[in-house]
Amino acid sequence: MTVRDIVPAAAPMVAIDDLTIRFTGERKVHAVNGVSLTLGQGEVLGLLGESGSGKSVTLRALMRLLPKKRTVISGGVKVAGQDVLAMDDSTLADFRGRTVSMIFQEPALALDPVYTIGHQIAESVVRHEGKSQAEGRARALEMLDLVRIPSARRRLDAYPHEMSGGMRQRAMIALALACKPKVLLADEPTTALDATVQIQILLLLRELQREMGMSVIFVTHDIGVAIEICDKVAVMYAGQVVESGALADIVRRAVHPYPRGLLASTVHGAKRGARLETIPGTPPSLDHAPVACSFAPRCGFAQPRCTTALPPRIELAPGRVVRCILAEPHAAQVSA
Amino acid sequence: MTGLDPLADVGGGAQPLLDVKGLTKHFPIGGGLFAARKLVRAVDDVSFAVGKGETVGIVGESGCGKSTTARLLMHLMPRNAGDILFDGQLVGADFSLRELRRGMQMVFQDSYASLNPRLTIEDSIAFGPKVHGVADADARGLARDLLTKVGLRPEVFANRYPHEVSGGQRQRVNIARALALKPRLVILDEAVSALDKSVEAQVLNLLTDLKREFGLTYLFISHDLNVVRYISDRVLVMYLGQVVELGPVDAVYDGPVHPYTRALLAAMPAMDPDARTQVPPISGDPPNPIDPPSGCRFHTRCPFVEEICAKTVPPLAPVDAHGHGAACLMAVPGSGHSRAPAAGAAA
Repeated sequence: MTVRDIVPAAAPMVAIDDLTIRFTGERKVHAVNGVSLTLGQGEVLGLLGESGSGKSVTLRALMRLLPKKRTVISGGVKVAGQDVLAMDDSTLADFRGRTVSMIFQEPALALDPVYTIGHQIAESVVRHEGKSQAEGRARALEMLDLVRIPSARRRLDAYPHEMSGGMRQRAMIALALACKPKVLLADEPTTALDATVQIQILLLLRELQREMGMSVIFVTHDIGVAIEICDKVAVMYAGQVVESGALADIVRRAVHPYPRGLLASTVHGAKRGARLETIPGTPPSLDHAPVACSFAPRCGFAQPRCTTALPPRIELAPGRVVRCILAEPHAAQVSA
Repeated sequence: MTGLDPLADVGGGAQPLLDVKGLTKHFPIGGGLFAARKLVRAVDDVSFAVGKGETVGIVGESGCGKSTTARLLMHLMPRNAGDILFDGQLVGADFSLRELRRGMQMVFQDSYASLNPRLTIEDSIAFGPKVHGVADADARGLARDLLTKVGLRPEVFANRYPHEVSGGQRQRVNIARALALKPRLVILDEAVSALDKSVEAQVLNLLTDLKREFGLTYLFISHDLNVVRYISDRVLVMYLGQVVELGPVDAVYDGPVHPYTRALLAAMPAMDPDARTQVPPISGDPPNPIDPPSGCRFHTRCPFVEEICAKTVPPLAPVDAHGHGAACLMAVPGSGHSRAPAAGAAA
């Protein structure tokens, strides 16, 4: 059987089905509550949300990076046709870095401080592709060139602390892409960077994604960053996807009051001195699994039924899903 | 409200509340037995003024010296050179440090690290006034009043500890604490940067309200250009320890003169799915402030660089009559740069 037989062309590269993640221990945390998402080949999906919305936890589940003993996961996670939740440790070790790779916000923590950049990239190639050290080093040089690190040959022997923040971020991207993964998971990779460096890294990622035909899931809290890089967006709140769809639809025609409030509360283009629109209150605690709409206490459109039952999951168009009663009239229009 | 009386106005409305002249801070690093001592030129000859009731923003990337500037103004570290005048009075001579701390307060980015974890919120806010001689009961009353002003109900929050409230609420506590000494100037150093967007908007609205109610003047330091444009009247752009451009916020944002300011503004995400950025405005990282480039410090990344730029330090020259200035040889008539206006031509 070839890979082609296992993954028909139309099958999504990533399929998350009703994913629920709970952290146990002193306090129970219902971090992710019934998330379903699909991502096709070569698509870039943005997971947009504020701190505690479950976006990073969802991302980590795709690589099973969550602490085993304290995490209870249910639902389905398939990447490139493989069931991630069913993998044993050795399958997982092959899968990570080869099929799926991740880049992080803080490259200084993600790179090993005691090995050179060249060594770390070569090691990944040797481990996953069975190549020789020399071939691994050649690939490392190729990768550093690809991510436009100046004088790449010299940088092969540099340690992470010898590089600037932007260079380290490029080196981490080179490491993540060294084995040409099908899916790249990016967890706020530009948040810690300066503005003039952030835009360079975003454009680099966009270009590499196109060249390599990768699927990318990009976690961010910054709508501006999502707009620069994503094709599709899923907005998360309290461990649920409240609205998802094509980028332009979410930015221009969001239906759920939370993304609408988020877009309205940006200071971009706001008049000086004019009051900013805000979302009152704070996100809910995640001590209990939601039994009603989590956003209802902060919502200006809440009705009695919002606080008594979970909101309906309404599909306005293929790939365009809203979890809110406000979408019902839209859905009626679509079906009429 | 009970508590301290605000410091009296001295010089009248026309005198700037804060006047900074030639502020300089160099950190020596290294310098072992054989290695030469190096200098981090964190802040290098920075001068600016903040008018009464104004909000002045400082923007720039990491290492540009914006936070060091704030710490020097607060006298949290000694400076190498420069004078700081508070309402016309020379700090350290006419004006004691104790008075300065009453007149000038600061809110930091990390809301948790800036509160004592072993004090309740009420104790933290009442601490400053008590040090300045306010009776315990009065200081507590003041703390509760201030909690109300920043939108936290005292009966719920006064007796909580910092770890028991959310980040946005903690930052409100820090703002209340800064206001407890009735300051005239509040320095906000990345005060909303760590907050989620929906909370950030709430805190920005609060800052606007408090400014009006207490007649405050703000120095607002941030890397977020959108926030700075929203809240500031005037803005300073810093690069590697120096001011490269300053002026009224709309003049600077709509007509940036310095190539660095232009690049910084162009690097902001587009916010329009149909108008994504196609080419990065500048390449590379900001250079290390240790031994910064000679002449114009931006010349290593500037698209318009010419030989003269590496040799001549550009002065901060006016570009119009309304206080907009830039430190670029292209804006200095007769500077020798091929794009500069001819000598004698009006700016």
